[in-house]
Amino acid sequence: MTSELIDFTLVSVALLGIGIYGLAVKRNFIRMLFAVEIIINAANLNLVAFARFLPDSGGQSLALFSIAIAAAEVGVGLSLIIVAYRMYQNVDIADFRSLKG
Amino acid sequence: MADAVFLALSVITIGSAIAALELRSLIYGSIALMGTLGGIAGFFFLLDSPFVALFQLAVYVGSIAVLILFTVMLVKRELIFKNIEDKRRKFAGFGLMLVVMVALGAVFLDSGIKSMNTDEPAVDFRDIGTDFVTYYWPALILMALILAGSVTGALVLAKREDVENDQRTN
Repeated sequence: MTSELIDFTLVSVALLGIGIYGLAVKRNFIRMLFAVEIIINAANLNLVAFARFLPDSGGQSLALFSIAIAAAEVGVGLSLIIVAYRMYQNVDIADFRSLKG
Repeated sequence: MADAVFLALSVITIGSAIAALELRSLIYGSIALMGTLGGIAGFFFLLDSPFVALFQLAVYVGSIAVLILFTVMLVKRELIFKNIEDKRRKFAGFGLMLVVMVALGAVFLDSGIKSMNTDEPAVDFRDIGTDFVTYYWPALILMALILAGSVTGALVLAKREDVENDQRTN
């Protein structure tokens, strides 16, 4: 292999940074979901990279579980967006504060 | 040292991640997100994990990205192009991003994984299948139940009750 583990780790750190930026700055619910997806993918990349270099099949199995659970999370997140949009006619999370218990 | 394919994939992945968050239109943003997810699948191919890469392509690029695209299309047109953020928060978020990147990058560059390399053959995907039906079988069943539960929950959440009431009155 020509690429080393540190290269993959640095890409994943960059993706994590971008995801945190998106979560901190954006107020649009859909964009925040994009940011969460980017962070989850950074974690998956790390799992598979370490699984390749150790080498161990556990990392790949965990990545598969993570992808499946992320799919469930996106489904619920998108339906929450649709419900909140129907209630407020907006996707700005500042408008959703009255949802707080 | 990284090769050309790796560099191209990193540029595509990181560039489209920035584009997904910064493009004005949410539709183009979700298409850029597809680029990020596809780039990650490319990394999985580079890491000799074709099974995870194909799973990533099928689940993320094939279903999640399309689901996001359809949700974006349900939102009003002016909201798709509306950029809601304030300047001060943007600077703070940018600072936070730099701190996270520099701190974690310094930690990783200073640690032992910098010199870590392997000549061993990659894990065979048959091993993953064997793991799934032997060691991980309770987790697999639990995951199936969670997926079924979340899909049902999403359907219940998104159900329109007003439509049903209208039909009842008619």
